[in-house]
Amino acid sequence: MKIEDVAAVLAERCPEAIEAVVADAPNPTLLVKPERWHDVASCLQQDARLRFDWLRCISAVDHIEEKLLTVLYHLHATQPGDGPVALWSARGELAVKVRVPRDNPHVRSVADIWPAADWHEREAFDLVGVIFDEHPDLRRILCCEDWVGHPLRRDYEFPMEYHGIPAVTEFDMTRPQH
Amino acid sequence: MSWLENRFEDNLIITSLDWAVNWARAGSIWPMTFGIACCAIEMMATGASRFDLDRFGAGAFRASPRQSDLMIVAGTVTYKMAERVRRLYNQMPEPKFVMAMGACTIGGGPYFKHGYHVVKGVDLVVPVDIYVPGCPPRPESLMEGLLRLQDKIRNQSLARSA
Ligand code: SF4
Repeated sequence: MKIEDVAAVLAERCPEAIEAVVADAPNPTLLVKPERWHDVASCLQQDARLRFDWLRCISAVDHIEEKLLTVLYHLHATQPGDGPVALWSARGELAVKVRVPRDNPHVRSVADIWPAADWHEREAFDLVGVIFDEHPDLRRILCCEDWVGHPLRRDYEFPMEYHGIPAVTEFDMTRPQH
Repeated sequence: MSWLENRFEDNLIITSLDWAVNWARAGSIWPMTFGIACCAIEMMATGASRFDLDRFGAGAFRASPRQSDLMIVAGTVTYKMAERVRRLYNQMPEPKFVMAMGACTIGGGPYFKHGYHVVKGVDLVVPVDIYVPGCPPRPESLMEGLLRLQDKIRNQSLARSA
């Protein structure tokens, strides 16, 4: 697993899109600028040397102290890349992070590149409130359509009533305590 | 319960009729096929051959609320589901009974503290006759709940309560 090689390919194909390369983590990660994320994603998926053809998971993390939301993409290459320059002699994995400000969390959707992103992005929108621009159908996927707020944000307030059903919480707790 | 109840004086005919009606009702509690979460697995186990709910006449799980007498709410009721639970309950014909199975349906269970989406007890949504605690309750507990429900049915009467 050579994250530096991926970063080198990306530096050649999409210059100045990578903010940082975290190579010494258990799961090597690329930090990508939000405005370049769509270019990087199509490069990751289409470049013959990379071919990350499987988007395994999208997670979103709320960093309330830093006023940031992180969207984390786990990619997987199911085939070795072709040609003599193939980076992957075996299956490869990659994690990509995109950081956006918490009060204006706009990330370009990658549902046109990996169709699997469609529902994952809807879930990240539903629970953490990341707005995926140009998503084909950005609706809530788990909560009800008229739900208020994004439940997995750190400062989310529990509803005290929903459609006439009262909510009871311990010690009048109205917010998650972490 | 039904429209016949509480309309007649207590006499020999009524008490005999009571006995027959209650015998029939208690012996044919048809539950609705209605599992929402993990508790449903134990409910299915109760219906299957090892525990055999059919012994009590309650093994005919109906796929329609219009044919069922008992709603075993087996699992976590979310706010999204609560609306559907209420609608299904309203579609059941009288006499109808609700059994809250498991900690989730009784009071939120493991989701009481952090479950923003879990109704803290299905009795906030529909009236509950029998509570069966456990997470999940073993099939024996569910059968005990069913037997207690039969006791409850046997105590019903068409006679006006004094
Ligand atoms: S009470 Fe326990 S087993 Fe039953 S639905 Fe809740 S969590 Fe699952």
